[in-house]
Amino acid sequence: MNKKYIIVALILLLAISFAVAKSRKITCSGSTTVLPIAQAAAEAYMDKHPDVNISIRGGGSGVGIAALQNGSADIANSSRVMKAKEISQAKSKGINPTPYAVALDGIAIVVHKSNSVANLSIAQIRDIYNGKIKNWSEVGGPKLPIVVISRDVASGTFEVFNEKALGGSKVVSSAQLLASNNAVASTVGSTPGGIGYIGLGYLTEEIKTVKVNSITPNTKTVQDGSYPLARKLYMYTNGKAKGDLGSYIAFIQSDAGQKIVVEQGFIALK
Amino acid sequence: MKTFKEKSFQTITYTAALFTVACLLGIIFGLFREGLPIFKHVGLKEFLFTNNWYPAHAEPGFGALALIVGSLVVTLGSLIIAIPLGLGAAIFLSEMAGPRLREITKPVIELLAGIPSVVYGLFGMAFLAPLVREWFDLDTGLNVFTASLILGVMIVPVICSMGEDALSSVPKNLREASLALGATRAETIFKAVIPAAKNGLAGSVLMGFGRAIGETMVVLMVAGGAARIPSSIFDPVRPLTSTIAAEMGETVMGDLHYQSLFALAIILFLITFVSNLITESMLLKRGKK
Repeated sequence: MNKKYIIVALILLLAISFAVAKSRKITCSGSTTVLPIAQAAAEAYMDKHPDVNISIRGGGSGVGIAALQNGSADIANSSRVMKAKEISQAKSKGINPTPYAVALDGIAIVVHKSNSVANLSIAQIRDIYNGKIKNWSEVGGPKLPIVVISRDVASGTFEVFNEKALGGSKVVSSAQLLASNNAVASTVGSTPGGIGYIGLGYLTEEIKTVKVNSITPNTKTVQDGSYPLARKLYMYTNGKAKGDLGSYIAFIQSDAGQKIVVEQGFIALK
Repeated sequence: MKTFKEKSFQTITYTAALFTVACLLGIIFGLFREGLPIFKHVGLKEFLFTNNWYPAHAEPGFGALALIVGSLVVTLGSLIIAIPLGLGAAIFLSEMAGPRLREITKPVIELLAGIPSVVYGLFGMAFLAPLVREWFDLDTGLNVFTASLILGVMIVPVICSMGEDALSSVPKNLREASLALGATRAETIFKAVIPAAKNGLAGSVLMGFGRAIGETMVVLMVAGGAARIPSSIFDPVRPLTSTIAAEMGETVMGDLHYQSLFALAIILFLITFVSNLITESMLLKRGKK
């Protein structure tokens, strides 16, 4: 009886240690915006390298960066650059965060299809979101109250919008805060006076994109940097990415990886 | 052997009960441990009674008044819809419907409770909100009214089935006595049966209240999410639950924003805890009678 148990335990132990030894593990955590890219790229990468196991969690850019800081993730996915405070926190823990751009994304300003407004300046967008401009007629549109629709203040998309369009000012408290890009798209689509902002990958037929500072958001204007509401998506590692980490990130930056980026609705780096 | 079986059964059920209580205590402990530290930075009064919810801003504001009001307004609205429907259905099922009809109607009403809340939310966002916007000629269909409408339908089964239990547990001879004294059916229901079941009925309403104030998915999708005290029922609001659900995903464990969301959870917990406590005490009173 006793012997049997010992043998079973030994076999189990062997199996576990074998499994651990066999697969090399990479853990990613962070931005839900980067998540689809990281996920699709990881699947393609693991097909070619069956001995590497990549696990990916969402949670938001801040969560990923915190995970990198305390060493519980190898890669922090982030839809924004790290804040100075986050970098100094990481340094104090002996972590040296190194950014790798993996994709580009543009934030489109969208309005209802019936809205005649075709162009807004950054200053006008700021005033609309601050509540200073309340009617579309003030920006050359129909006589219709503006319904301000925003993302939740914790989302990465909001953070970029906040920095690039709002310049850190507060969104008016009457703004509707919705939980996802899709919710913003469908609400703007059904609200004649609505204005919202979403990632370029989420544009639908139901809504109309307006130019920002007279520039149409598309692949070209985002890549050459002329569209003002564009951002880079990053993967942060501790120090220079080496070994499996390095080759996974290099894979995403390669032509094959960038094809995946485009398939996921984002814009390639070049 | 039998005593062994008896004893082991006793131990198992005893542990199960203890474990459940331990879970509750664990949740309470966790909530308070994560949420209370926020009050080192924000006064309780400021947190509860100012309207300034900018938790992720460079100079964060943690005034949750609009969120608390939002929760209460939506819940009140849903009760206004659900109480007549739920109690009406309960009276019908227990007093008027024949056994056949009851057997069909009751499961159908209870089926409403089986629909996942995200389905209600989708329905509200995709169909009801645009309709409401057109009917009342509004700027937006995501508002207190739409959210209350959907939440109200959601809690009808809770109120109905508990209310029906309360009504059917009124002893039969009370009805017979009333009818024998010459009262009509309506008089019997309103003057004899309902007063006798009033604690149970009130309990069912409070149960509905607890369910409505804790509902998350529907209000997240349909209430609009503006952190402002509404001035009409057609204004968007941002209830406590949807704030927690929307913002928790991207906060860093242990920072101020994270703690403030737990503090919201404490408020929510206290509200439902108190309402459940009142329900229980009412049901207890009924049991003693």
